[in-house]
Amino acid sequence: MTTLDSRVPEGPLAEKWSKRLHEMKLVAPNNKRKQKIIVVGTGLAGASAAASLGELGYHVDAFCITDSPRRAHSIAAQGGINAAKNYPNDGDSVWRLFYDTIKGGDFRSREANVHRLAEVSNSIIDQAVAQGVPFAREYGGELANRSFGGAQVSRTFYARGQTGQQLLLGAYQALMRQVDSGSVTMYPRREMLDLVVIDGKARGIITRNLITGELERHQADAVVLCTGGYGRVYFLSTNAFNSNGTAAWRCYKRGAHFANPCYVQIHPTCIPQSGDYQSKLTLMSESLRNDGRVWVPKDKADVKTPPNEIPEEKRDYYLERKYPSFGNLVPRDVASRNAKYVCDEGRGVGATGRAVYLDFRDAIKNQGRDAIADKYGNLFHMYEKITGENPYEAPMRIYPAVHYTMGGLWVDYELMSTIPGLFVAGEANFSDHGANRLGASALMQGLADGYFVVPFSVGNYLANHKVEPVSTDHAAFEQTEEEVTAYIQKMLEVGKKGNRTVIEIYRDLGEIMYDQVGMSRTPEGLKEAIGKIQKLREEFWTNVKIPGSGDEFNKMLEVAGRLADFLELAELMAKDALNRDESCGGHFREDHQTPEGEAKRDDENFCYVAAWAYKGGDAAPELIKESLEFENVELSTRSYK
Amino acid sequence: MHDNTMTVHLKVWRQAGPDVEGRFESYSAEINPHMSFLEMLDVVNEDLIKKGEMPIEFDNDCREGICGTCGCVVNGQAHGLERGTTVCQLHMRSFRDGETIVIEPWRAEAFPVIRDLVVDRGAFDRIISAGGYVSVNTGPKPDANAVKIGKDLSDKAFDSAACIGCGACVAACPNASASLFTGAKITQLALMPQGAPERGRRVRAMVDQMDAEGFGNCSNIGECEAACPKEISLDNIATMKREYLRAMFTDN
Repeated sequence: MTTLDSRVPEGPLAEKWSKRLHEMKLVAPNNKRKQKIIVVGTGLAGASAAASLGELGYHVDAFCITDSPRRAHSIAAQGGINAAKNYPNDGDSVWRLFYDTIKGGDFRSREANVHRLAEVSNSIIDQAVAQGVPFAREYGGELANRSFGGAQVSRTFYARGQTGQQLLLGAYQALMRQVDSGSVTMYPRREMLDLVVIDGKARGIITRNLITGELERHQADAVVLCTGGYGRVYFLSTNAFNSNGTAAWRCYKRGAHFANPCYVQIHPTCIPQSGDYQSKLTLMSESLRNDGRVWVPKDKADVKTPPNEIPEEKRDYYLERKYPSFGNLVPRDVASRNAKYVCDEGRGVGATGRAVYLDFRDAIKNQGRDAIADKYGNLFHMYEKITGENPYEAPMRIYPAVHYTMGGLWVDYELMSTIPGLFVAGEANFSDHGANRLGASALMQGLADGYFVVPFSVGNYLANHKVEPVSTDHAAFEQTEEEVTAYIQKMLEVGKKGNRTVIEIYRDLGEIMYDQVGMSRTPEGLKEAIGKIQKLREEFWTNVKIPGSGDEFNKMLEVAGRLADFLELAELMAKDALNRDESCGGHFREDHQTPEGEAKRDDENFCYVAAWAYKGGDAAPELIKESLEFENVELSTRSYK
Repeated sequence: MHDNTMTVHLKVWRQAGPDVEGRFESYSAEINPHMSFLEMLDVVNEDLIKKGEMPIEFDNDCREGICGTCGCVVNGQAHGLERGTTVCQLHMRSFRDGETIVIEPWRAEAFPVIRDLVVDRGAFDRIISAGGYVSVNTGPKPDANAVKIGKDLSDKAFDSAACIGCGACVAACPNASASLFTGAKITQLALMPQGAPERGRRVRAMVDQMDAEGFGNCSNIGECEAACPKEISLDNIATMKREYLRAMFTDN
């Protein structure tokens, strides 16, 4: 029986992180220069980790699939970043941020990690301001705050609706500064296709140069994976087109455990799908729910009536009605599920009937058009661009869409996976959000991991483990590269003869996942999904059509490789969802709900992290449980009423 | 607006690699007017793949107009005719049924073509790494509210910081100048108190790097501002020039 050691320090919650920092062994400056660290992915977590490690004196090789680290999908995050500064003096504290995050995650995250996240949140804001990040300010010159779902305080810092962009550019600039100083070597347009493990330790990666198609070997003393989430398994999601799960999945197949793969966040405020040609969905920041009121007609007969012609008494502000204390600011899972319910009842609006209104009429009346434009102008502009409708005049139409994956590679308290020397940060790991993520905390976790955890934990690992030098001529590099070559060849061989395009099969996978492993799940549906995914995987490996060759710029070949991995990961997601015989956070099982339709947890049997270990080929993965101990908060039923 | 379908004829620049001669190829597609421009290209590509031909390669990622990855010249305009819009946010409803659309990559010596519509914009990263940052290490910093910054100033800095680094300004400029991109970063950091200590060194290093990369000079034509999907103002170039001049006569 495999066990998992989370290596959470002993002692009171609030002292755990400082205690661990004191215990950690250090690497002397002259030795840091001799050590090389690979950072894969350069979004918020990766760029901040690579920059910080470079500043410390390590040599860092940083990799990204895009043409520049500034393109990482973190750049699209709109709403903001949380911190427990309590600047508005509304009673916030590290404890409250910790508590809201634990509760928001439906008591399925590790207390110690979440507390550390809340502790370092304030340093992130200080760091970003010192970098020149232009956060929104009040007239007096102090930083402005707003509120987000799942919190009753204003703790979200923002830069118009482009907070992710500004924070990423801050981290990117810090990274480029290290590139200039020579401590970081940047490798853009590279895709990590495998992990090289030597003597049980992560010692390097195999990448494909996306311009030439060449496979390349890179060695290091430790590898930090910051490759984001796997939301694109649904094909349609708010994630960027190039976001994928390949690097994480290949690490899983080399021995890193995959934790809680079924935890997916469906974001309530997205622009609804309009046609089946669509390639992705666009998110509208959750911050809109600060001033926008969500409603649908009370009466089914009114769904086609223009919204401005529906009088007040015929509108159902269902979130305000059902959750009077949080109203429109309930957490994302609650808002998403309720949107689905009203649409399932036939009260959804728009051409497809799968949308609800987000209405700014009252806010514009009370605060004036200028005030609203100042807060949300770019979001309104974006909405108008996509839909051709003006949200100042008619309410927006929104519907939930897949947005963030809380599951990811299992890591211990120091963010190390089950493969020594392989660290995983940001969305790629499973660690901080439990079964649901609160708004404005993804940016917080990415930067907390990258700036303030990884730089120390990597050092502690290197100081404690003797890592012998290896060269890329080592047999393990040779063999791993051969395996990658053979895999690509096999895919291209099928691709020459197949009949269905990569995108056709990909859309099919997305549909299965949306219908049966999406916003609500049933045991029957999940079992059916597993069968369908297996069949689709078979179809991929016998009938996919891939243009061109492997030794050139070939986007479709890249997508095919990512799809092949998603076809495996999707099955694990469904298996994990089937195994988790309870409802929690974003994982809603229709067979486990309260009479009011709220998620019903089963703490007796499922208060654990489900970590899956790869057993080779078609063998069933092994489920290893890390039980979650709650010493500081009481497990309670989440209520936002 | 059409509700069902429309037909467009495309003349697309195809180029197999940096050192290979390129040419225009013609295609036709029947599409839904609600599609975005890139979704239209997806549809054309699916068709090409089914016919056993190579799809048109184009860079794209977020498809929300924020990552700056996408970009091509559409009917002679970087990102197309619509103001303040990236090509991923351009919708086919802005075109006429039966229209012929000419699609080309960014053309600039400093942005070599990689394949079809994909170009190498690494020069932008090198301009940033020359000095487009505030030199602070990760670690304990003064409280974020320790230095007050007026809302007007911070909003102004944000306007410059909103640049997405797509390269449309270069593609639109007859001189292929990178002054709008470089000026935007210089202006943002010159406005913020955090950027002040390195103000002079920064502008000198960034402008030198911009020249070394083979971008042309700015001659105040203004096409960059017109093409910029984030409507970054020409004022940023004026600020850059003023900052440069100032740096010539001061130590910082």
